[in-house]
Amino acid sequence: MTRLETTGGLIGRTVERVEDAGLLTGRGRYIDDLPVRRDTAHLAILRSPHGHAGISAINTHAARALPGVIAVMTGADVARLTRSMTVGVKANVECWPIARDRVRYVGEPVALVVAENRYVAEDALDLIEVDYETLAAVIDPEKALAADAPVLHPSLGTNLINERAFRYGDPEKAFAAAAHRVSIRIAYPRNSCTPIETYGVIAEYDPGEDAYDVTANFQGPFSIHAVISRALNVPGNRMRLRTPPDSGGSFGIKQGVFPYVILAAVAARVSARPVKWIEDRLEHLTASVSATNRVTTLEAAVTADGRITALSWDQLEDCGAHLRAPEPATLYRMHGNMTGAYAIENVAIRNRVVLTNKTPTGLNRGFGGPQIYFALERLVHKIGDELLLDPLDVIRRNLVPADAFPYRTATGGLLDSGDYRAALDRATTEGRLDALRRQRDAARAQGRLYGIGYAAVVEPSVSNMGYITTVLTPEERAKAGPKNGAQAVATVAIDPLGSVTVKVASVPQGQGHRTVLAQVVAERLGLAMDKVRVNTELDTERDAWSIASGNYASRFAPAVAGAAALAADRIRARLATIAARQLNVTPDRVDFRAGTLLDRDNPDNAVSFGRVAAASHWAPGTLPEGTDQTIRETVFWTPDELQAPTAADGINSSLCHGFIFDFCGVEIDRKTGQVRIDRYVTMHDCGRILHPGMVDGQVRGGFAQAVGAALYEEYAYGGDGSFLTGTLADYLIPTVMETPEPLILHYETPSPFTPLGAKGVGEGNCMSTPVCIANAVADALGVEDIRLPLSPSRVSEWLYGEERPPSKPLDQTPVATGASGERMLTGSGSAEVTATRESVWAMLLDPNTLKAIIPGAHEVRKVSDTHFRAEVTLGIGPVKGRYRADIRLSDMVEPETVTLSGGTEGALGSGRGTGRVTLTETTTGTRIDYRYEAAIGGKVASVGGRLLDGAARVVIGQFFQALARHAGGGAPPSAAAGFIQRLLHLFGRHR
Amino acid sequence: MPRMNAARKHPVDFTLNGRTVRAEAENRMLLSDLLRHEIGLTGTHVGCEHGVCGACTVQIDGRPARACLTLAQQVRGGDVRTVEALSRDPAELSPLQAAFRRHHGLQCGFCTPGILMSLDVLLRERPDAGREDIREHLSGHLCRCTGYATIVEAALAAAEEQRKEEKPNV
Amino acid sequence: MKPASFDFLCPETTEEALAALAEGGGEARVIAGGQSLVPMLNMRLARPALLVDIMRLEALRRIETSGDEIVVGAGVRQAELEAWPTLLRDLPLLAAAFPCLGHVQTRARGTVCGSIAHADPSAELPLSLVTLGGAVSLRNRKQKRRVKADDFFVGMMATDLAEGEMIEAVHFPKARHGSGYAFREVGRRHGDFAIVACAAVADDRGLRLGIAGVDDRPRVFPLPALDDDQFDDTINDIAWSLNARDDIHASARYRRELVRSLGRETLKEASRCRA
Ligand SMILES: Cc1cc2nc3c(=O)[nH]c(=O)nc-3n(C[C@@H](O)[C@H](O)[C@H](O)COP(=O)(O)OP(=O)(O)OC[C@H]3O[C@@H](n4cnc5c(N)ncnc54)[C@H](O)[C@@H]3O)c2cc1C
Ligand code: FES
Ligand code: FES
Repeated sequence: MTRLETTGGLIGRTVERVEDAGLLTGRGRYIDDLPVRRDTAHLAILRSPHGHAGISAINTHAARALPGVIAVMTGADVARLTRSMTVGVKANVECWPIARDRVRYVGEPVALVVAENRYVAEDALDLIEVDYETLAAVIDPEKALAADAPVLHPSLGTNLINERAFRYGDPEKAFAAAAHRVSIRIAYPRNSCTPIETYGVIAEYDPGEDAYDVTANFQGPFSIHAVISRALNVPGNRMRLRTPPDSGGSFGIKQGVFPYVILAAVAARVSARPVKWIEDRLEHLTASVSATNRVTTLEAAVTADGRITALSWDQLEDCGAHLRAPEPATLYRMHGNMTGAYAIENVAIRNRVVLTNKTPTGLNRGFGGPQIYFALERLVHKIGDELLLDPLDVIRRNLVPADAFPYRTATGGLLDSGDYRAALDRATTEGRLDALRRQRDAARAQGRLYGIGYAAVVEPSVSNMGYITTVLTPEERAKAGPKNGAQAVATVAIDPLGSVTVKVASVPQGQGHRTVLAQVVAERLGLAMDKVRVNTELDTERDAWSIASGNYASRFAPAVAGAAALAADRIRARLATIAARQLNVTPDRVDFRAGTLLDRDNPDNAVSFGRVAAASHWAPGTLPEGTDQTIRETVFWTPDELQAPTAADGINSSLCHGFIFDFCGVEIDRKTGQVRIDRYVTMHDCGRILHPGMVDGQVRGGFAQAVGAALYEEYAYGGDGSFLTGTLADYLIPTVMETPEPLILHYETPSPFTPLGAKGVGEGNCMSTPVCIANAVADALGVEDIRLPLSPSRVSEWLYGEERPPSKPLDQTPVATGASGERMLTGSGSAEVTATRESVWAMLLDPNTLKAIIPGAHEVRKVSDTHFRAEVTLGIGPVKGRYRADIRLSDMVEPETVTLSGGTEGALGSGRGTGRVTLTETTTGTRIDYRYEAAIGGKVASVGGRLLDGAARVVIGQFFQALARHAGGGAPPSAAAGFIQRLLHLFGRHR
Repeated sequence: MPRMNAARKHPVDFTLNGRTVRAEAENRMLLSDLLRHEIGLTGTHVGCEHGVCGACTVQIDGRPARACLTLAQQVRGGDVRTVEALSRDPAELSPLQAAFRRHHGLQCGFCTPGILMSLDVLLRERPDAGREDIREHLSGHLCRCTGYATIVEAALAAAEEQRKEEKPNV
Repeated sequence: MKPASFDFLCPETTEEALAALAEGGGEARVIAGGQSLVPMLNMRLARPALLVDIMRLEALRRIETSGDEIVVGAGVRQAELEAWPTLLRDLPLLAAAFPCLGHVQTRARGTVCGSIAHADPSAELPLSLVTLGGAVSLRNRKQKRRVKADDFFVGMMATDLAEGEMIEAVHFPKARHGSGYAFREVGRRHGDFAIVACAAVADDRGLRLGIAGVDDRPRVFPLPALDDDQFDDTINDIAWSLNARDDIHASARYRRELVRSLGRETLKEASRCRA
């Protein structure tokens, strides 16, 4: 690679962004702002309230009949017009964007409504009735592997969709020879960098040409374009995909909009109108996409002085309910750098991918990095603890030495450049680690809980399109043909008046691409920045693009900006030739400065840029022999270093590798368990810095998200598959108050592999910061098994000893709520009535009595002697909903015991429960004993955290009460007005 | 005022960015939807529709408020200001906006209009606002891109500049 | 996430509002600031047939001193009470609680009485009202009644408000000279609903501690002096008596621990203020 020398002084400066004036005055053009055709209709999506259930029937009659509704579609309707989406591994499964006969996660699309506007579309959703047969759900990836676990995809026969083992060097020998073996087990949780703008799609279908035209705030990679076209059953040239000029953040997440591109496209086809869909926040949190959760066991072979000689990885990756493209990429993105920043020659890896009843996973800032580094850097700290070494010494001892670059890792990565030790030393000096250590000592001397954590991380960027094929065996790869490279595309064009336009296939989501490209191209052409205009909208029908196009894997600065520089340079060379003739000098003497082309040795001999540039338009005949036009130049650039996986599974998964070294000091409040980040230092080597302000902006933004991942954010599920964090009051994104300001330091070692020497920088802190904070907390508390997020309640479990018991026994046992966060309600109770057992028994089986005792029941129908259906309205305060209840009786021993099991379904959610009722004869009548267990799912569970917790808990209480009532149980002891009271009224006796 | 029927649209007269407007809205229409989709001012963004993210923040009767938690009918006769009113000339930025640009207080810009509307009130009412006041007002907004530091810096710079302008001789 | 449809009434008089509420029965609701109701409308958790907007009723927009009470009308926004010039002197507990209540942007719209009516078990204003021993004025088409705060809150978002009734005002007892007040809470983020909130009063009658976020409604308890032998046992038994539950934000145990530690600190601060 030839390094481009830059001189004009624009690159590397923090200039004001060209994007900002529009964005600051409300003139941004995000997807929901774009003008649409007047007949555009709006799509809303009915989603599964269950984590796992069969769909036995969907009744859409009432929804279709609603005025303003244009179309209603189910999975079967969509399937008729599409094909299953491509799955990235060899496995007998299909992957549909909408459920067909079974739902596998809460939020999975079940039906589509197209209507005049979103309000009416949602009205229609309420009218669709779906009959579900709930199935046992599996949430825990390890449990999903159990022989008796519920299987999500019967065709697959198991939840383990892929397994591969890898061996590099001689790990067995290294472990056998090791002085120490240190291992750690990690369960990394689910989270998401969730942007503030949600997904949006505008789709049209042209039946004459059988072609789709879709605008979506998709971010790439455009390899997904192939998945969409195939699913829609059209060739790529009949699937036009466009992106809006502005996007409200992505962080990988907006890659996951593609299943909705398919749904909206089909909806437009069926409706014969353009269809627009804007995802709402509940949909987004519940069902857009998530990072993977992963269970990792990592073991190291360590010499007596702390040198790591081998690593053994066992990774169990949870990709949710479907393996959606490009998964299992999260697991393989880091494959070339599984040894992190360390020189470790022997590596064993077992990778397993499992499916569970959770939202399918996809791109998320850091993509695979947080999961890897959490294990690796926790392990390095643990090695320090076990060998009584300072963890910083363990880090330093194992870093790839400066003279080893470019360094080939054991797993095939090629670390391009760096001086890790020098960067680390500078960080500890400039970041004043010694002062921090003194601070820790002083705090500890006062009995405070203070800890220091470190993390050293290699941040990969510019993904090799071939890395994902590492999931295939070498034989499978040979059959499929090699995949590799990372085509970046840029076009520089000059119009007849001599002004310059740059186009790239990159789709920025707030990273200021237009500014940086203007800087780069203006500098190459000796123009002022405002003479260059940049367009970053992408249109697959008109623009140059390739599968690697898009804005991900931090590829902009290293690859895309580089490609633009190359395109500008090609034009520059031609302009120089043209100008040389006009100036009567040789081309090598032509300089580009301040909008003129001039003779370096005689600056007065000059001609304006516009004049030279316009020649290709106005007078092509005047161009010197053999000189090509200067109207438009498109450069495709792919680095040679990105080759397909080798036969031995070696893979250089990324082109560039930045280096990050972080350390921090945290203090933990003994009483509240709150973790306060006292000081955070983050050192970055991201190669050449093109715009310092934006680089620091990327670092700060990633850091804030990582603080969220470390302390606040988790996509939480109940054991039954219910989703528990459906609002931004439950999924806790840090505000300014929770976000400390890190000290950002830089160490520049330009990449030898990229045109401008830049490396990616956007994702690093999402990889380094969670584990750095965790290490500090581990240091403060002296505990090992750290699980994120470190909520005060979780931290407090390490702080509080035995709980002080009440001075006298409580008169009621607290209601059991299952494991933390599970909306399981259990209880029992009893009541005495004067009636005989036989009459109570008869009553329990009589729909009329049931109607009288079920509050809010409009109707109770007897389907058979042991099966009832009811319509009920439940609610407290403003929260009200109508539900359908289904009750079955079993294990009947007349007139003694009966088990009632049932479910309720309604727009607000669903409940399931069983109750066992026992009737015992007493001297005065009958004693009714009941015991119940109920689980709540659907919307109330998802939004039931804090914002609406009151509301949701009431509804849950109502659900439960209704269930308990249906189940012949009764109200919990505290809710006096329940079933038992009514029973007592009916029997005319009061206690 | 008679009871307004759910099935129909009803007029909403109010002052928007200094001008009287008349729009039509069903009772259930949110102010955010009225502004964006009926009137066509798309500078006010929507990120959550449950009051937490702050992207939809506008000024109602001089106070920062969530457009997503306001029914269009509730602003009848009221005074609403949106980001589109912050600079008199769209080619020119207000001091607050200019400070955001100078300090890189935005990346994707989706959260920005809401934040500007909150800070605009703060700086108008409390010219002496310091870092803690600014953080307090910002805490009602989520930004996923910037990590907030540059937003705080921008606001502090704008406050400082405003103080200088008000007391040119001091 | 768009509301289901509803009729809307913007009455000119309280009587007109009450007539509509009476007619609408369980299907009619008051809308005040909308900061709790509109999220529920948007999520379609609430689907009233009629909303009655009370924010244009001038009679309800007053903050008045009446004897030893501060009377806050149903049209008074939280921000208005927060900015009331003598708040710190007359209602120091509220002055301490307001910064914890949502955000500047929600307080600008949300009303004091709306928060009381909503009766969220973690909410700061219901806690303050109960701790101070305040009262709620209710009114329907036919009559007015006054209910003690402690009787008003009956459960999770459940109050003594009957169909056809609305809150006309709430009554906060004015701070008395020589009394101390303190408010503290622990939440996940700034502005979030509290995991546990404590309000304390120290006066000539002794110590009182109000606790929100644990039981299904705000609760208030008398406590012995901090240096009393009984103190630890008493607050521990209170912690146990509140039916703490696990949820995604905190465990029941954590809530009990906070009642013990935060409760003590809040009482300590109130006692210090008294001195
Ligand atoms: C992001 C966010 C954060 C929040 N954080 C907190 C917090 O930390 N602490 C907190 O306490 N609250 C918090 N809230 C809620 C608070 O802001 C609400 O303002 C308050 O709970 C309700 O007041 P309102 O005037 O908005 O009532 P509305 O939303 O209009 O009404 C709420 C309920 O009360 C009823 N109602 C209102 N007024 C009357 C009346 N006069 N008579 C009878 N019924 C009436 C309504 O019918 C409705 O059922 C938060 C809200 C948001 C959006
Ligand atoms: S859209 Fe209104 S606060 Fe998020
Ligand atoms: S700039 Fe993107 S959310 Fe704030």
